[in-house]
Amino acid sequence: MFAYIVRRTLYAIPILIGVNILTFALFFMVNTPDQMARVQLGDKHVSEEAIEQWKIQRGYDKPLFLNSEENSQGLFTDTVFYQKSFNLFLLEFGRSDAGRMIGADIQQRMWPSLALAIPTFIIGIAVNIVFALFVVMFRATAIDTAALILCVALLSISAIFYILGGQYFIAKLWHWVPISGYLPGIEAWRFLILPVAIGVISGIGGGTRLYRTLFLEEANKDYVRTARAKGVSETSVLFKHILPNGLIPILTSVVVVIPSLFMGSLLMESFFGIPGLGSYTLDAIQSQDFAIVRSMVFLGSVLYILGLILTDISYTLVDPRVRLS
Amino acid sequence: MSMSILDVKPVFLLSDILIYILVASLVLFFYQLMRNPLSRARWRAVFQTATGMSAFVVICFYVLVALLDSIHYREPLPILADQQTVHYSQDVRSVLDLIFVGVHKRSEKTYSSPFALQLFTKENMQDENDNLYRGFPELKYAGQHLDDPTKQRQDVVTKSLIAIFMGLLVSAVIVGAHKLWRQYRKPANALPWWSAYLTITVLIVVGSWAIGLSHYYHISGTNIVGVDVFYQSIKAIRTGVLIGTLATLLTLPIAIVLGISAGYFRGWVDDAVQYIYTTLSSIPGILLIAASVLLIDVYIELHPESFSIGAVRADFKFLALCFILGMTSWTGLCRLLRAETLKVSQLDYVQAAHAFGVSNMRVIFKHILPNVTHIILIAMVLDFSVFVLAEAVLSYIGVGVDPSMASWGNMINEARSELSRDPVVWWPVLSAFVLMFILVLAANVFSDRVRDAFDPRG
Repeated sequence: MFAYIVRRTLYAIPILIGVNILTFALFFMVNTPDQMARVQLGDKHVSEEAIEQWKIQRGYDKPLFLNSEENSQGLFTDTVFYQKSFNLFLLEFGRSDAGRMIGADIQQRMWPSLALAIPTFIIGIAVNIVFALFVVMFRATAIDTAALILCVALLSISAIFYILGGQYFIAKLWHWVPISGYLPGIEAWRFLILPVAIGVISGIGGGTRLYRTLFLEEANKDYVRTARAKGVSETSVLFKHILPNGLIPILTSVVVVIPSLFMGSLLMESFFGIPGLGSYTLDAIQSQDFAIVRSMVFLGSVLYILGLILTDISYTLVDPRVRLS
Repeated sequence: MSMSILDVKPVFLLSDILIYILVASLVLFFYQLMRNPLSRARWRAVFQTATGMSAFVVICFYVLVALLDSIHYREPLPILADQQTVHYSQDVRSVLDLIFVGVHKRSEKTYSSPFALQLFTKENMQDENDNLYRGFPELKYAGQHLDDPTKQRQDVVTKSLIAIFMGLLVSAVIVGAHKLWRQYRKPANALPWWSAYLTITVLIVVGSWAIGLSHYYHISGTNIVGVDVFYQSIKAIRTGVLIGTLATLLTLPIAIVLGISAGYFRGWVDDAVQYIYTTLSSIPGILLIAASVLLIDVYIELHPESFSIGAVRADFKFLALCFILGMTSWTGLCRLLRAETLKVSQLDYVQAAHAFGVSNMRVIFKHILPNVTHIILIAMVLDFSVFVLAEAVLSYIGVGVDPSMASWGNMINEARSELSRDPVVWWPVLSAFVLMFILVLAANVFSDRVRDAFDPRG
């Protein structure tokens, strides 16, 4: 087990290097460091010295991938790519192109993101499981068909419509909660309740349908038939046999997204004005702040790979027959 | 000098050509599938359900609108006295605009609500005695035929009845013709044709009503710059359908080639393919797409000479977006194909083919590919609706299609400020919602039916 985790972690390194090469290639094809300096300094008639100064301060004054002036060792290490990526592996994000400390920004903004993402995630799963179980209880009846149709209809609606609808009816028309904004501390719940509710509702269609399939798969297995044949009541079959066994594929399938909850939600946070990491990333895209986007891409990749490893571990935890090798 | 339709100059946008090639190859692909008895039986299962049939008709209707909107031309400008050559308008029109005779020219000043006769906002006006006052100005192109504005309700009802009657007539002819054709062709088969007939009738009647009344009113109001919202949301169909099909079809070649070769050849090929797709899928998708779209923007900025016509620039950006969506979304299908190929290539008949000395290429095309087609097919119909929905999100973030292009995403993007106005402007977002919802719902229902019919696991 331990050896497996170590090996998977080592395997993550080439992937993260690949991610870095890709983001570098993409962003420097968009912008040369000179253009970035012009965007950030904000003035059309910027002097050459100012640009050079900016590049030296930010560490963009070196060649991108290969430094032909250096000897064998500095050939790769004395470049923008190496210097910028190496620090990422130590989780030192450095300064954004606008000059702020990215690490400090992330530490500050992760709390609102988590405050939104964790309740949405947990309540969402709970609600979907309850609905799916309800539908499975009435399987092969008109209720099942109607619920399935409703699910398909719900998942055909873009998340944006859920947000616009919720903001309009609940916040603007009925004045139940503020439309958008955020306050730190315990006061935050008033701002979070609407986005959490919308996040949960917009996931019901897809989630319920998926979980229904997983439960039904379980309901068709032999041991369930045996239980029924032995005269176990339908309620007992549902809650003692189908539910616990159906939970296994559900839980192992959601483990992969748990670390990524940290990144927040781009859409929700920007629509509701929540100062989390999602809106941080979106602002960075729109202002073309390369350093922030690069850091967030890296962080996102690390968390995703972490999710994959956790998924594998969760398989062994729920099913002792699975051995990691 | 009179102008006829023949004087126009055809414009072939890259996406127009692509969509025709794609639709043609899709038709060919399905025809090929139909010749295989097994998949023929499966397709029958798809169309044997009333919902599958109805969803297919709806999708065909959307595709037809998109195709009509993909035949573009530029109208000639009026010829001046001392002019030798004909100049053409910078506006690119499509055949769909012909159906909406002149709706694109009938722009108001700004917002007006559905069926309104006046603008939505007050302006300074002058009465007969030159007194200034604040009032709602009359619309220029709505209800001009009315002598008495109070009779509008009556007029709308009469015109609706006529249009609905015409629609019923047209659909009766189509349904009748099809019934006759079926009688001559084969004894009645079990397909639920009534569902198709019902869907066609509803679509034609609603379409005829909407187009008929669009000539007299703005049936879904006008947007902030006074463009008819119904017309705008119909024009957005092309964008939605195109982004769905193009991006989906772009994912296929990479996913198929990499997925099957990883599963078939194993060894270092498998390692390399796994490395590529793990790397790509570990990057948050939206960031990758945003970065690539910014790249395209810069390219357009640096090459202004290639993009002199607005429609050409928008089209290039649009194609690039489809390409990027395709390039970033193939990993899921690739993973599935790899796993399935691993399984299939262990089967006895594949081993037997190897023993007979059949070449790798032949084994892949004759034995592997036909046995993973169901996965490709299911992924194709599933991805379509995902991409249509993604367009809206991307346009909201500001990395979607060109703002000059009619798209549901752009309409939703504007809805944010429209919904916070008082009184609220609700009609653009509602139109976009309805048209988008119908397409995505039809695609989802159809993909469910395809999955039921083709997935061997049931």
